[in-house]
Amino acid sequence: MKVSENWLREWVNPNISSDDLVAQITLAGLEVDEVLPVAAEFSGVVVGEIISAESHPNADKLQVCRVSDGVEEFQVVCGAPNARPGIKIPFAKIGAVLGADFKIKKAKLRQVESFGMLCSASELGVSDDNDGIMELPAVAKAGDDFRAFLGLDDQIIDVDLTPNRSDCLSVAGLAREVGVLNKTNLTPIEVVAADVSIDDSFPVRVDATEACPRYLGRIVRGVNVAAQTPLWMVEKLRRSGIRSIDPIVDITNYVMLELGQPMHAFDLANLSGSVVVRMATKDEKIVLLDGQEITLREDTMVIADEKAPLAIAGVMGGQGSGVNTETKDIFLESAFFTPLALAGKARSYGLHTDSSHRFERGVDATLQEKAIERATALVLDIAGGEVGPITHAVSEASLPEAAVVALRRKKLDQYLAMSIDKDLVTDILTRLGLEMIEVTDEVWVTKAPSHRFDIAIEADLIEEVARIYGYDNLPSSMPQAAVNFTPLSESKTQVQVLRSILVSQGYQEAVTYSFIDPVLSKQFLPDIEPVPLANPISVDMGVMRPSLVPGLVKAYLHNQNRQQSRVRLFETGRRFIGSVEALDELDQQQQISGLIAGARDSEAWYHNGEMVDFYDLKAHVEAMFALNEGGKPNYEPSSCVFLHPGRSADIFVDGNFVGIMGELHPQLSKELGVNQPLYIFDIALSAVLHAALPEYKAISKFPEVRRDLALLVDRAVPVSELEKVILVSAGDALKNVLVFDVYQGQGIDETKKSVALGLTWQHPSHTLSDEEVSNSVEQTVQALAEQLGAVVRG
Amino acid sequence: MENLKQILADALSAVAASESESALDDVRVHYLGKKGALTALLKQLGNVSAEDRPKFGQLVNEAKGQVQEKISERKAALAKAALDAKLAIETIDISLSGKGQEVGGLHPVTRTMERIETFFRGIGFDVAAGPEIEDDYHNFEALNIPAHHPARAMQDTFYFNPTTVLRTHTSPVQVRTMETSQPPIRIICPGRVYRCDSDQTHTPMFHQVEGLLIDENISFADLKGILQQFLNVFFEDDLKVRFRPSYFPFTEPSIEVDIMRTNSKGEESWLEVLGCGMVHPRVLEMSGIDSEKYTGFAFGMGVERFAMLRYKVDDLRMFFENDLRFLKQFK
Repeated sequence: MKVSENWLREWVNPNISSDDLVAQITLAGLEVDEVLPVAAEFSGVVVGEIISAESHPNADKLQVCRVSDGVEEFQVVCGAPNARPGIKIPFAKIGAVLGADFKIKKAKLRQVESFGMLCSASELGVSDDNDGIMELPAVAKAGDDFRAFLGLDDQIIDVDLTPNRSDCLSVAGLAREVGVLNKTNLTPIEVVAADVSIDDSFPVRVDATEACPRYLGRIVRGVNVAAQTPLWMVEKLRRSGIRSIDPIVDITNYVMLELGQPMHAFDLANLSGSVVVRMATKDEKIVLLDGQEITLREDTMVIADEKAPLAIAGVMGGQGSGVNTETKDIFLESAFFTPLALAGKARSYGLHTDSSHRFERGVDATLQEKAIERATALVLDIAGGEVGPITHAVSEASLPEAAVVALRRKKLDQYLAMSIDKDLVTDILTRLGLEMIEVTDEVWVTKAPSHRFDIAIEADLIEEVARIYGYDNLPSSMPQAAVNFTPLSESKTQVQVLRSILVSQGYQEAVTYSFIDPVLSKQFLPDIEPVPLANPISVDMGVMRPSLVPGLVKAYLHNQNRQQSRVRLFETGRRFIGSVEALDELDQQQQISGLIAGARDSEAWYHNGEMVDFYDLKAHVEAMFALNEGGKPNYEPSSCVFLHPGRSADIFVDGNFVGIMGELHPQLSKELGVNQPLYIFDIALSAVLHAALPEYKAISKFPEVRRDLALLVDRAVPVSELEKVILVSAGDALKNVLVFDVYQGQGIDETKKSVALGLTWQHPSHTLSDEEVSNSVEQTVQALAEQLGAVVRG
Repeated sequence: MENLKQILADALSAVAASESESALDDVRVHYLGKKGALTALLKQLGNVSAEDRPKFGQLVNEAKGQVQEKISERKAALAKAALDAKLAIETIDISLSGKGQEVGGLHPVTRTMERIETFFRGIGFDVAAGPEIEDDYHNFEALNIPAHHPARAMQDTFYFNPTTVLRTHTSPVQVRTMETSQPPIRIICPGRVYRCDSDQTHTPMFHQVEGLLIDENISFADLKGILQQFLNVFFEDDLKVRFRPSYFPFTEPSIEVDIMRTNSKGEESWLEVLGCGMVHPRVLEMSGIDSEKYTGFAFGMGVERFAMLRYKVDDLRMFFENDLRFLKQFK
């Protein structure tokens, strides 16, 4: 809501500066977005009168004018086609300054001297109208200072009102609030009922009584729509961001800004039979003022006549029924539509108007008569006419009832942790317009004023008292409540620890969008139907990610395109698989995913140029699982479609699939423009956060014995299989198996590989004898030979 | 006797002239060995008069001791010189960088969330999480935002269908907590939230930390106290803070919190950083909490805004581009 400070001060004029007024409004909960000047900066501009205007001898489009400032006449060359004798105009004399530094000097235009400049409205920043020079009303007196004439030493206060404060969507409402804050009385405009001079009325029938409990209409005949809207009104409208259209529309807009009642005027000649307020029929159509045709739904209230809908009630008028240049007689409408009936309707048609904005939030249901009388008086003043009686269509039962709300002293004190003086509370509530039904030491029983739709419960009154008392004046403390701490679990690793592990491995944490391009999603996971958004911000953010991997690869590409070749990124976040139709079953699991590419070490003096491979990635994955003393992961060859089939693993914990890791599929890599192998992991966060409470086991006092085995085995046999056999066959005293060399190539059969293993035994209660260890080795070698065809290398 | 003096002098100069351990050993053998010169003098003890014998013996032994001592000294000196020479050769350039992984870093949003969490954990808040694809009830209805409420227009919502949305705030986690537990409740809910808005100052996804405290006798003063403390702690500054009435459907009274910022020109201005309020009694009731017995407050803040203020980031969109040149600045 934009309002001129001068207009506001016409209603209430506390003795405080503009800055203080703005701060005060903001601190009362009516946040001032910005304060703007009402016109550009300029000086030395006066009201001038054109005495004569003749064609320029040397230029077709210029005129040579004689302009009076009331004392002297000046010769001014002007290019505006509307410059003509007899009109009053803003006249920038020699020495005037427009804007910050445009100084008006004597000039010669095509050999004719010019002493000053005639200004357009846009040159003075009072409108964006650049269509010729600004024409002032005849009452303007030549020589008067132009700023003073238009009252331009004013500012526009733009208040960003929250949806609950519709009562402040008018000058009257804002003034009421300012009055309360300053304990200043208002000087409201006086509204006097117009003299009814004709009997003519137009029938009104309200079918939708619940949605429209009050509808007032009145005929005014013989209005002059060609009359000029007075400059003061045009200016006030302009400062509230509304353009002048014609006097009737201007008046309805003016009354809306002044009192808060949206109004509408119909051309009586276009009304047929009677005005009917009803719900639209299915697929009924209406062409709105702005020219667009709307197909209505049955939940939408319309103002119709016997033939067709004329307006969407409280939203926008129709094209055929409004005031136009031919209009002689008008039908003024001033109605109360309930907020619930209009809520969301305008938006559902892609509309939003000053009217719908107010009705949705709540218009004072007692305001209609005052508003129609105010509008009538203005119409008579400006456009003349003969006034008919007001037609009232009222359904008392459907009118909103003033809420009776009690405020208990106990609750007030408890909420605010202080006790505000009883009289002060009563005063605050009374000034806000609440009626005191009962006031005792324990309670205030109040009745909310008709303009406050947001007062319904006790907490609302507490807020009002606190707000006017000033939030900054209320005490501040730390809560004294007993604290119950949750036990510190060690069966769960803190995600922070996990992040540190990756960070210490050189990873940067990424945050990618949860929605991705459906095409990208299909490239990675062709068999998963990603969850689509109904109203995505753009096509490439159209679906919820079924995996974090596509987003990370995209982030990789962003960096690849910026010459960053060594990349290590990880992200934690949810992935979404399933259907929103079965929301409870929708998988919104938290994942931890990462990606590495490029050189193993950053380029440096010791750098050997080696690139990362699968085993670097595996070390990182193992590091995360290392904290997981519970279930250790198993790695099985993966069939994940976006990974290299020979360089990828599915990860299992306790037999449950928890994630994947491996190299991005070279084919996909090529399609995406990735220029080096990417290694990726994507694991359920819960699997790596799972931990076990460590439990101490006594350390054996007896020496360890180590024996190494060099085995020849088929290349296809995973080393993990050798380890499994060893663990079973090497006896209970086996403590550790490590793989210290794997070799294939020159010197051995090309279908074989050589694996060197170190086995360590240690017994908890005695020193192992050579014989015991040799027996274990023998059993192991035998088992390896039998089960996996492994042969000890000679 | 003259002989002894001469031999001792010769021996000492031979020790001093030895340039290696083996040369020194030769000297030792030559003078102190079984057939050494000083050892030989002792063997001639029989030729000395009985009265001189003890004195002569003593002198020879002293001379032997002296030579032995010099040999040890010389040996140590030689070893030290050898070690010094060896260490000198081994000198490296200690100005070169260390080997191994460069350390990475956390995303500034995470870093900021962890700071926020640390404060609230410290005063007894638990961290709660919940789904991001939410039903209309938990995101709106249960928070006193019925269908078509004008407040819905305050939050441009992503929809999947008319009753399923991407959560527009983390408040549904608060609702879910209230549904399943009774006061005292102290939780914060950090996480991703979504609004259908994208320009210079809005990204369609961002992060919030919301908090909820419900107990008997919780007041507006507690809310003011905690948030003032939090802001001071977070920004490591004694901030000027102001509490301004506002409107949220789920709180009554509702408050926006501004902090005073000073720009490089020394100009002061208020900047909104938090929304909060006393939990609306209807919200408590809807989730099965007795609003007569309990009161509480809720607050919410945009993590990116805090991160921008804290780390002087001036472009919101940087947070989601994942440009390494940006990310690596947060170590």
